[in-house]
Order: sequence, then structure tokens, then C-alpha cells
Amino acid sequence: MGDRNEPLAQVKSRRDTMLAALVDGVPYVAWLGVRFDRRGDELTAVLPFAERLIGNPMLPALHGGVTAAFLETAAIVGLTWTALWDDMEAGRLAPDLGRPDSLPRLPKTIDFTVDYLRSGLPRDSYARSRIVRMGRRFASVQVEAWQDNRDRPFAHATGHFVMPQG
Amino acid sequence: MHDDDATGPAGTPVTAADDPRLAMAREFLDHIPHARALGMTVASLGMSKAEITMAWRPEFVGDPSTGVLHGGVVSALMDTCCGAAVLADPKGPPSTATIDLRIDYMRAATPGQTIRARAECFHITRSVAFVRALALDDDEQNPVATATGAFSVGG
Repeated sequence: MGDRNEPLAQVKSRRDTMLAALVDGVPYVAWLGVRFDRRGDELTAVLPFAERLIGNPMLPALHGGVTAAFLETAAIVGLTWTALWDDMEAGRLAPDLGRPDSLPRLPKTIDFTVDYLRSGLPRDSYARSRIVRMGRRFASVQVEAWQDNRDRPFAHATGHFVMPQG
Repeated sequence: MHDDDATGPAGTPVTAADDPRLAMAREFLDHIPHARALGMTVASLGMSKAEITMAWRPEFVGDPSTGVLHGGVVSALMDTCCGAAVLADPKGPPSTATIDLRIDYMRAATPGQTIRARAECFHITRSVAFVRALALDDDEQNPVATATGAFSVGG
């Protein structure tokens, strides 16, 4: 447990700085336009719609690769966030976007399987991940994406990852 | 349409230049906004196969400490190439959607090198097309990633 009397601004700043390091430090995540909403330790990945995310202009529908990339990003950030939480809360980490070597090392994807449940509409998308198992070397993560209705996901995925060593 | 439509006179591959279906497929692929945004180029299309290339760009990096491409970029290339192989099948539909796609990441793509995806639609029914694909960089003997997917045919 952290210090009950720790100033709220300090708590928020520590967590938001870490989240920014995981997201803003990755060029492709910024290019895709993914950001994260944080409520305590709960993260929701948000992908605002943009024309360049379209895969089928006739429908129109999101590109399947966009959906896969969004889910994979949500999984990697969710996994790293959970893995670093204790060290972050204990103040043992000091990520600095200006110094790439200070940024947390990320898990490597072994495999990633996406089920496309319905076509992605030309509007904002949301995703949340769930860690099925996280060991010292490997992790298994499930992730689900939705648009208008939380209980009508348009895609879900399972991925396996190698955790950063050392 | 018959299977033997896949080859022209003397077994030469039918290309977009002489098959209106392939020309339409290429036209469709050339106008996918996300494929354009990632800079994908259709290198070849025909006989249930497709090859698409994509140049390395700094904004597609997933690990800034090494410059290695993000897995999501490889996914987008694989998905596009697999879909292209479905369109390039003689029995293929005029448009398709991904049902599922699994990607295995064998190794990091070498920073700075163009990625080349090769996909083949190896079986097709009235409703589903089965596809596999490879992603390669300059070291073609060691694939960067493989993919297996199912795609919709019609409806």
C-alpha cells in the first residue's frame, strides 16, 4: 500500500508520466493516433477515427490492420503498465521522454490472433486488455475492442509476449 | 470462371494488364486509404498470389531504442496482402473482409529495410478463403513473420 497522505497531485503526476512514457515514446502509436484514458489503474485505449484508417472505402470500414494494430497496442501497453505498477508506485522508476534509455523496455510479441466479429465503423474505437497470465518470461493477454456499444465488440484478440528480461 | 483462366497462352501468368478482374482488384488495392497512408505498393498480383512492399519509415517504429517497426505495421501489411491474394484468386470475390488473422513474429525486421509480404490463397469455398503469408526483409531466408487467415467470400 502506498502512503495514504501522499499528495494527490503527486500520485496523478507519477502515473500519468509513466503512461505518457509508454505511449508517447512510441512513434507508431502516435502516428496511429492511439491515446489512453486512465481511471486509477484501469486503462482504456482510444482510437479516434481518421480517414486514413479506412480499409474499404465503399462501405466504409476500418482497415483490418488498423484493428489489429490498435488491439496489439492496447495489449502491450496494458501488459507493461501492469508489470511496472509496483515499481512505479514505489517510486523506483523515472521515465523521461527526452532520454530514450530511461523509457521502460516493452514486451515482444510472439504471436497475435485477431477475430473480426463485425466490420469496424468509421467512428472512434475503444479497447481494454486483460492479462490472462503473466510469468517471468511469458505473458498471455486478451483484448477486446468496441465502438458504440461496450457489449457488442467488433474485434477481440489473444496474444503471447516475451517479457523484457533483466 | 474456371481454374485454367489463371494462366494465359503457354502458361504465362495472367497479369492485371490482360485480366479485367485483376485490373479491378489492383485498382481497389491502390485506393485503400490506410494502405496508401502506410506507403504500400502492389508488386505483383495474380494466380491466387499477391506481393506487397512497404518502405521503412521512422514514424512506423515500435521500439525507439532500436528503430524496429511496430508489430501493428506488419499486421496491416499482412492483412492487406492476404486480402489481395483472395481478390487475385480466379474464384475470388470482388471484395473481401478478414474473418480472423494470426501473425507469428519470428524476429525483428531490420531497421531501414523495405518489408515485402507474399500471400497465397491456398483454398477457397463459396463462403471462405484460406490464406497464408510471409513477411520478409532483405534476408529472405529468414522470414520476419508468418500469417494465417480466413477471409469472407461474398455476402
